[in-house]
Amino acid sequence: TMNHLFRLSAGLLRSGTAGLYRRGPVPEGHVSLVVARLFSSEPENSELGQLIKKDKVVVFIKGTPAQPMCGFSNAVVQILRMHGVDDYASYNVLEDQDLRQGVKNFSNWPTIPQVYFNGEFVGGCDILLQMHQNGDLVEELKKLGIHSALLDANKDEQKK
Amino acid sequence: MLPLFRLARGPLTSLRLLPLRACSHTPMDRPVESSIRAKLSRTLAPTHLEVRNESHLHAVPAGSESHFRVLVVSPSFEGLPLVQRHRLVNEALREELAGSVHALSIQAKTPQQWSSDPSLAKSPPCMGGLKHDPGMRLRSDRE
Repeated sequence: TMNHLFRLSAGLLRSGTAGLYRRGPVPEGHVSLVVARLFSSEPENSELGQLIKKDKVVVFIKGTPAQPMCGFSNAVVQILRMHGVDDYASYNVLEDQDLRQGVKNFSNWPTIPQVYFNGEFVGGCDILLQMHQNGDLVEELKKLGIHSALLDANKDEQKK
Repeated sequence: MLPLFRLARGPLTSLRLLPLRACSHTPMDRPVESSIRAKLSRTLAPTHLEVRNESHLHAVPAGSESHFRVLVVSPSFEGLPLVQRHRLVNEALREELAGSVHALSIQAKTPQQWSSDPSLAKSPPCMGGLKHDPGMRLRSDRE
């Protein structure tokens, strides 16, 4: 059955069908991928390794950006929203206990939320908050080719 | 005159008198908090350390030791990016995090950073996460 699952999941990845993936539009305009049950069969490293590189900004949270289920996860969502980052990948660990443990093992990080920029682990909500407060987040987003909305907000303020 | 007893209402609605405990609880009452303090002290030699049990801010039973906020000020953090500092704290508390500690908020500052900004951050409001959590079993309050 393990081999069958490997072939099945590999086939789905190649064909790009929506079999095991649920892709749904979310009000903010970005897309959330929910990967159900895939992680129970795949070695965590390869699958998650690919996942974190697929998008510039990847977050693992409890709930979804439209409906966070945890104050710390919500903080991550709100910070990204403040910077006008609306095109990012968000994975709901509450939907898949294997993903939840898998990402903790993969990142060697014990808690959720977890934030990745360009495939590199950034930290949890404390770190993202500090980066937001000290200006580092604007800089890091710039390196990703993302123009923070707060830069425009500052410009508007200076015009007044 | 200090009150020696506090009033408690039991399920029978009659008043019961209970001894008033001292405000600072003994380490035996809070084993996880004590362990966190001890381990952080031992591994990071902090010049300033605050450990706060924030479980009461979350959807967990009273008396839980599941959600903590720590502030560690240590020269060990010099030259380290935030993520490395947090990893040091996580490593020190690996056992607790594998056990009952479900959430850990961390502030990791150098002594210089602390002296220029001696403030403890506040946690965002709970959004009832554990109520939506299929992995957790909450003990319902004893009625």
